[in-house]
Amino acid sequence: MKICVLVKEVPDAAVQKRIDPQTMRLDRSGENNLNPFDTHAIEAAVRFKEGDELPVDEVVAVTMGPDSAQRALQKAVALGADRSVHLCDDALLGSDVCATGKALAKVLESENPDLVLLGQQSDDGECYTIGAVVAEHLKMPSLTQVVGIEVEGDKLKCERQAEYGYDTVALTMPAVISVGDAINEPRYPSLKAIMGAKKKPLDTKAIGDVGIDAAEVGDTGSKTTVIALNEPPAKEAGEIIEDEDTAETVEKIVAWLDERKLI
Amino acid sequence: MGGILVYALHDGEGNFNKNSLGALSEATSLASDLGAEAAAVVVGNVSDDQAQSLGNYGVTKVYRASDVPEGLAQPIVDVMAKIIQDDGFSYALFGGGLLGFEIGAGLTARLDAGVTMEVTSVKVADGKLVSERPILGDSQIADVGYVSEPGIIIGRLNAFDVKESGGTAEVVDVNVELSEWSTRAEMITRGEQRGEDVDIEAADVLIGGGRGLGSAEGFDACEELAGAFPNGAVAATRAVVDAGWYPYAAQIGQTGKTVAPKLYLAVGVSGAIQHKVGMQNSEAIIAINKDANAPIFEFSDLGVVGDLNKIMPKLTEALKARKG
Ligand SMILES: Cc1cc2nc3c(=O)[nH]c(=O)nc-3n(C[C@H](O)[C@H](O)[C@H](O)COP(=O)(O)OP(=O)(O)OC[C@H]3O[C@@H](n4cnc5c(N)ncnc54)[C@H](O)[C@@H]3O)c2cc1C
Ligand SMILES: Nc1ncnc2c1ncn2[C@@H]1O[C@H](COP(=O)(O)O)[C@@H](O)[C@H]1O
Repeated sequence: MKICVLVKEVPDAAVQKRIDPQTMRLDRSGENNLNPFDTHAIEAAVRFKEGDELPVDEVVAVTMGPDSAQRALQKAVALGADRSVHLCDDALLGSDVCATGKALAKVLESENPDLVLLGQQSDDGECYTIGAVVAEHLKMPSLTQVVGIEVEGDKLKCERQAEYGYDTVALTMPAVISVGDAINEPRYPSLKAIMGAKKKPLDTKAIGDVGIDAAEVGDTGSKTTVIALNEPPAKEAGEIIEDEDTAETVEKIVAWLDERKLI
Repeated sequence: MGGILVYALHDGEGNFNKNSLGALSEATSLASDLGAEAAAVVVGNVSDDQAQSLGNYGVTKVYRASDVPEGLAQPIVDVMAKIIQDDGFSYALFGGGLLGFEIGAGLTARLDAGVTMEVTSVKVADGKLVSERPILGDSQIADVGYVSEPGIIIGRLNAFDVKESGGTAEVVDVNVELSEWSTRAEMITRGEQRGEDVDIEAADVLIGGGRGLGSAEGFDACEELAGAFPNGAVAATRAVVDAGWYPYAAQIGQTGKTVAPKLYLAVGVSGAIQHKVGMQNSEAIIAINKDANAPIFEFSDLGVVGDLNKIMPKLTEALKARKG
């Protein structure tokens, strides 16, 4: 069987993210990285391949993004994916959730996976929705924020926290699952794996290669439009203490609490 | 102009979720500005009385699909997609939570619709709804409009206030055939409580513990610190609850509790949006975190950049000494 893992390139956490006021899109020119939440999805896929509960032949990392997103795919391969697919086309620029989900579903269809894994959220977009969108297009059952998966025949018994506590749900494969970051501790790639990643097959596809209609994606295909960007209401900046001398730090905290009658 | 359809989440026995009731109130007021109606949709085990009671939040009609299970998104996508198409709704609105995200996302694909999530406020402009959606760690707010109908709006936790207006709603039973793939997920257990049933809502001071504590044992130090305050208790992030370090009943945030104590003292908590939404209304917020760039410092009144392992024990000691 085949597992596809959806991964995304996101701005490095240490870089100040900004929106380009001209295009109203995220400025992606800064230092970029593999979405840290997606490393848990790769790890889950690789553990399935290494274990014997599921007969996994292949783990394929899939992304949609600009040229630079190749690096995120190489990281995914260094973490254990066998090969990767990069959907890259100028026509995709400006895609909203609706258009992104459609495009990703088309690439996935061309791979025909038995299981699709995703991260719990993209570090830049924070939508937590792509999994459920893609599942609907692929006509597969799905669940998000999953922190435990047990294999039972052709079913995956998944647990996750929802609004009333923990739910256990059995999904019949093929299925789409987004995993929470508590599901596993991703491994560090070995130097050998990092060096070898560049040699693994990387397929770059344009929209036409997977049957995506240009009118359905990008700005034209998007169903939402950003009308304006505003600053949030100004909030008084908090006081900051750098802990150098801990006795002094504690004294300051106690004084602060005292002043506000909290002790 | 079609109306606004709101999903009313419940616990399986018809006790509705507060965030869904807030969404109903919000939809009612928006619909009246649009000159349209707001309606609710419920699935599963909901009595006539319970369904009618939603009229108290302003909706005039409640669609009820009793055969469809509560708690799984895709069957509810089937129900809502059919109602939206048959009766021509222009918008679907969800309160905060997790299921609303999944259903809203499913509807986006099914109805080829625009979606906004984590929405903190909705306004009417030129006879259409516009969502306010904070982005990039809440550092900016995007006003997002929809280029076609329906538009899907997924609210942030606690974004919409509950407003009771009195009144009852007409209940319409609907029968919906489920998609084949919607029947390939089966709920085995729902809403299981993990760990002790601790009470954090009555506390004046909450020590919020996160992954920075390093292990379950780290929470012993939190409990000691909480004990050094009058009426203190310990709360937790999802990361540590999922890891089994602390009980679910103590969890703050999107899929946990919402609290507003006199003091929230966060130790080893990064301050993710989904945590923030459950504690941002605390009267005072202190954070101890070794990473000066942690988002929690953006909304703390006092931020302490340093190692919690060094600071916490000394702070506990100092407070105990004062207490005598
Ligand atoms: C749909 C959805 C729903 C969610 N619901 C919730 C929810 O209800 N509640 C919730 O909390 N989260 C929720 N989350 C998860 C949320 O996104 C974060 O992953 C989570 O809040 C992070 O928990 P944390 O702060 O403990 O861990 P981390 O983000 O890992 O932060 C740990 C922090 O500890 C600091 N640290 C480490 N060591 C030390 C030290 N020695 N001294 C001082 N500081 C140290 C680090 O600098 C870091 O900032 C949800 C996510 C999604 C997608
Ligand atoms: N452009 C993309 N390409 C591939 N996967 C993506 C993309 N955007 C989002 N994802 C996947 O969807 C998950 C959830 O993202 P989001 O819904 O944006 O929070 C991420 O963790 C990724 O696994």
